[in-house]
Amino acid sequence: MVEHLPVLMVVTPLTFSFIVNVAGMWKRWLCFPLVFIPMMACTFFAFAILLKVTTAGEIRYHLGGWPPPWGIEYCIDHFSALVLLGVAVISLLVSIYAYSSFKKEVDGYRSPQLYALFLLQTTGLFGITATADLFNLYVLLEIASFSAYAIIAMGERGADFAAFRYVIFGTIGACAYLLATGYIYILTGSLNMTDVAQRLPRLYSSRALLVGFTFFLLGAGIKMGIFPLHSWLPDAYTLAPSAVSTLLAPLFSKVGGYVIIRIMFTVFDSSFSIDVFPVTDLLGLIGGIGVIVACVMAVAQTDLKRMLCYVIVAEMGYVVIGIASANRLGLTGAILHIINDMFMMACLFAAAGAIFYQMGTKEISRLSCLHRQMPVTSAVFVLGALSVIGVPPLCGFFSKWYLLLGAIKSGQWILIAVLLISSLIYAIIFFRVIEYAYLKRRVNHMRPGKSGQHPFQLDKVPISMLVPMILLALGIIILGIFSGTIVTDIIEFALPSSISG
Amino acid sequence: MIETILTHYNYWVFAFLLTIGLYAMMTKNNLMKKLIGMNIFQWAIILFFISIGAKRGAQIPIVGGGQGGDIAISAADYINPLPHVLMLTAIVVGVATTGISLALLVAIYKRYNTIEEDEIIKRLRQ
Repeated sequence: MVEHLPVLMVVTPLTFSFIVNVAGMWKRWLCFPLVFIPMMACTFFAFAILLKVTTAGEIRYHLGGWPPPWGIEYCIDHFSALVLLGVAVISLLVSIYAYSSFKKEVDGYRSPQLYALFLLQTTGLFGITATADLFNLYVLLEIASFSAYAIIAMGERGADFAAFRYVIFGTIGACAYLLATGYIYILTGSLNMTDVAQRLPRLYSSRALLVGFTFFLLGAGIKMGIFPLHSWLPDAYTLAPSAVSTLLAPLFSKVGGYVIIRIMFTVFDSSFSIDVFPVTDLLGLIGGIGVIVACVMAVAQTDLKRMLCYVIVAEMGYVVIGIASANRLGLTGAILHIINDMFMMACLFAAAGAIFYQMGTKEISRLSCLHRQMPVTSAVFVLGALSVIGVPPLCGFFSKWYLLLGAIKSGQWILIAVLLISSLIYAIIFFRVIEYAYLKRRVNHMRPGKSGQHPFQLDKVPISMLVPMILLALGIIILGIFSGTIVTDIIEFALPSSISG
Repeated sequence: MIETILTHYNYWVFAFLLTIGLYAMMTKNNLMKKLIGMNIFQWAIILFFISIGAKRGAQIPIVGGGQGGDIAISAADYINPLPHVLMLTAIVVGVATTGISLALLVAIYKRYNTIEEDEIIKRLRQ
């Protein structure tokens, strides 16, 4: 049983996605338990995998018993185990959150398909994280992308057009990745990451390898939505149903970040990515400009969800900055930020979805006096916002701290300035929302009361949405408290041994 | 120079198709033409993979009856089946992409009564 865990992570949601589609058409109430059970199982598997990896080292699983490099191999080391657990926990919480959210926002007869796509999405994300085969990664990336295209198109007005644009961009990204896989295959004759990593160092002077590497970065960059390649992201995630953006926005971009780190430091080693082809300089430039541009764009938005989408682009810029520092501290920051940001963004998007559920609006200017109508949701939002800004006991502070240390160590002073200035802009972005939610009196036409003050009441959001939100907020605090343990026990082993400093 | 172009003509075709596809996706206003561009882009990559597996004067990679087992097989006599097998999966992926985007196009056409990008954007802004 234990040795089959890596493949069970992928096969369980895949199987249930077919079952839920058929069973849901027969009896609609079956949908929710049939999504909840596999997500629960996957979270349990991910915990078991993380425990096993931390005690006994990496797990290798050969599909169908074919040994690599002939067969497909699933390899789970400390890094992938950590990302797997993050993805599993968040998709479990979002699956609970989705129950009421989908009911309100999407027609009932579509719910079996919606849940099936939800499970396919998690299948793809788990698979990308677990696999050690370059072509298998492409297939799983496409599974995740296809379910994302379809599920986004079920959103509000304009979502179908946003989804079509996402299809075009996503396909360019996937094709670039496939082309890169082709280049690597021509040069090495292998698709297994470990095998390729052993054969590549002799070929580092090859120009074809540079082309392949560039296509890799392009493909993964589009999929994760880093700065110049992000134009599909805000539309797609803003117009998707709330529960879908709560799932996709935190997870898909972070898994893209995982792919970039995996390729730069496992398939290629750091001597190539840092010394032979100094891509880290370029990434530093892109990351720096990206963070500032995305922050400024976020300030300009009036729609809460769209604003959060630009914050995501900025957060991915942080991950890129961590990679660009090209030392152990910066990379620790990048990996820690991938995990922390999953929780922070899930928390913020869940709060935005709950606000949309009760208030029926996403406009920031119409949120006045929110704290009297939705005290719990506003508190969760503030907690997430403070974490993104980087207030010490919360997890966002620690990853930013490592990113700063990494940038100082590599002597890239511009990146340090970018990190600090962007934190200030974040403060502006989020305090604007907090001002509306807590300080503005309600003076609009909706309820012409005596003083315009709304009576205090608890959130009218169903409990199945409140509990996941509160758990995500708790997750932010817990990750903050235990970030030292995560760094010394897990991330320390996840870093490539070849990287210096 | 001319000889390298002529002997590697399939790679030139691949690069040419890739550029056409990218051009169509970037500049065309009609969403259907964008989709066709996307398909050309994908099939170009499939042509590239098929090319890297092919060899001049080689036969299909099936070891005939009675030959298998102990005797040594010269890899140069057979074309490389792996890229071709990979492309079977990539073709399926391509078909799925086309299916999804055609479904989206139908939904877009039903809602906006047009598939011209600028008109859809104009209608969305209203």
